[in-house]
Amino acid sequence: MTRRRRERAAVPDPAAFPTRSYDLVKEFTIALVVVALLTAALAAVFSSPDDRPVTLASWSRADGADFTATAAAELGGTSGTAEYGPPYNHTPGAAQKLGPLGLQSAAGVRIPIDTAEDFVLRPLADAPQPPVVRVALAAWAAAPAARQQAWTKAYSDALAKAPGGDPAKVTGGGFGPVPVLVARLLDMARSGALDGQLQAEGKFYETDYTRPLLFLSDGSYLETLARAQHLGGDQWGMMNETGDYPGQAWLWLYTFWYQIEPFKSSGNADALIWGLMALLSLGLMLLPFIPGLRSIPRWTRVHRLIWRSYHRTADQPEGRDNSPG
Amino acid sequence: MTAPHEPASRGWTGAVRRRAVAALPPDKLLPDTQPAYMASWIYVFGVLTLSSLVVVLATGGVLALKGPAWWHVSDAGKYVNSLHLWSVELFMFFMVIHLWGKFFMAAWRGRRALTWITGVVCFLTSIGTAFTGYLVQQNFDSQWIAGQAKDGLNSVGIGAFFNVLDFGQMLMWHIVLLPFVLGLLTAWHILLVRLRGIVPPIGAADPAHGSPAASAPLPAEGEAP
Repeated sequence: MTRRRRERAAVPDPAAFPTRSYDLVKEFTIALVVVALLTAALAAVFSSPDDRPVTLASWSRADGADFTATAAAELGGTSGTAEYGPPYNHTPGAAQKLGPLGLQSAAGVRIPIDTAEDFVLRPLADAPQPPVVRVALAAWAAAPAARQQAWTKAYSDALAKAPGGDPAKVTGGGFGPVPVLVARLLDMARSGALDGQLQAEGKFYETDYTRPLLFLSDGSYLETLARAQHLGGDQWGMMNETGDYPGQAWLWLYTFWYQIEPFKSSGNADALIWGLMALLSLGLMLLPFIPGLRSIPRWTRVHRLIWRSYHRTADQPEGRDNSPG
Repeated sequence: MTAPHEPASRGWTGAVRRRAVAALPPDKLLPDTQPAYMASWIYVFGVLTLSSLVVVLATGGVLALKGPAWWHVSDAGKYVNSLHLWSVELFMFFMVIHLWGKFFMAAWRGRRALTWITGVVCFLTSIGTAFTGYLVQQNFDSQWIAGQAKDGLNSVGIGAFFNVLDFGQMLMWHIVLLPFVLGLLTAWHILLVRLRGIVPPIGAADPAHGSPAASAPLPAEGEAP
């Protein structure tokens, strides 16, 4: 008999043990009723959170300065999305790596996004515009890329220096058509037109919110609201939800790694944590085959508590015949 | 042995039926007795997990019938959404207790490794299913979770194919693909439990033969699949 067979033979057949009466269907029915009642009570008492989503309209109305600064960054190609790398665009050095593995780069740019074109220029061009905006769009299109970047950089810097980031208080010049374009985009956003334009992109049915969500995420308004709801990345945000609800508590381990070094300050934190969690998940799955780890249950002896009634009988002197009684 | 009045037993169908019935005869599939060593509250968490899953699927089914926006504009819808949320919380809670219980029982012993593996994959699939549920709530939570989660998924290349910012794609994953996979895995897991039976206590010896193993576990026991 091989060692493996001996090991298998060491676990007896459950059918060999004494039995007692048991009603499987009755147990399941009772459990179902108990769980249904418990669920109904929890739902009645605690309900569920439903904070209204942020729209481009609500953002631009509540914090026009943040919207304007974000729109200028989208136009100049300096926003978070513009410099994100795959899967949105080709930005050298932006992709994260898992050791030597560049999985983000390997997957490629499959959701191409040009922030200037998609978030600013196309929505403006697709809507009826006053002459001053049409002239500004033409001036932008006619300018070389270096000039465009100089305009947006000068305007972004001026916005940063203006009190409260207020576009009305910007001083200086050299902004080209940027203030006109961004101000018009702000007007469109406040009217609610930009929400529809960014999402629909000329189509009628649409269920993909990638572009408006990325635009929203590039601003600081969404994050400010999230942090007030303890949802920030350094506030265990992934496992929380708005209000005092339990959220996705089962993501505690995934969220935990973001709170500690070396992940906390690593530029590759996401890739490293995903790699680590994949490894841990694989380890949990293959636990029966991992020497040492698979013996923990025997060492901890929690099983003595679980099977205490069996052991009470089996451990008695007369129970040495292994009958569980 | 095939009865003369069962001509189909010679075909593929008959072969599958013979194998299925041989592996899981009715009294093994739906037993009315259980080993006497099954006397702990920890065993209840398996059936509680399954019961919660039924409530999750039923409440999710009602939400699917009415459409994803219903619960934002209807008091009844809000309550059904709350039922769905809390049944998920209970489901995950019961499943984690069940998982820890099975870990401390070393429940993979005696050719039960596949039962353990399907259980762990069920757990991981449930996390994915719940996560996509949070993404399709169409509220502030969804927006924020999607914006945060995309970075992790993009960093390992998954985000290029599984776009958490695409509501339509996430809704399909949440209400079709992942529940389907979870349902199959759950059925497989339960059939394996019935097939192999409930794992005996660590250190227990076969009552028919008897050995000191009841109080002194064999060195390899609790370790081999």
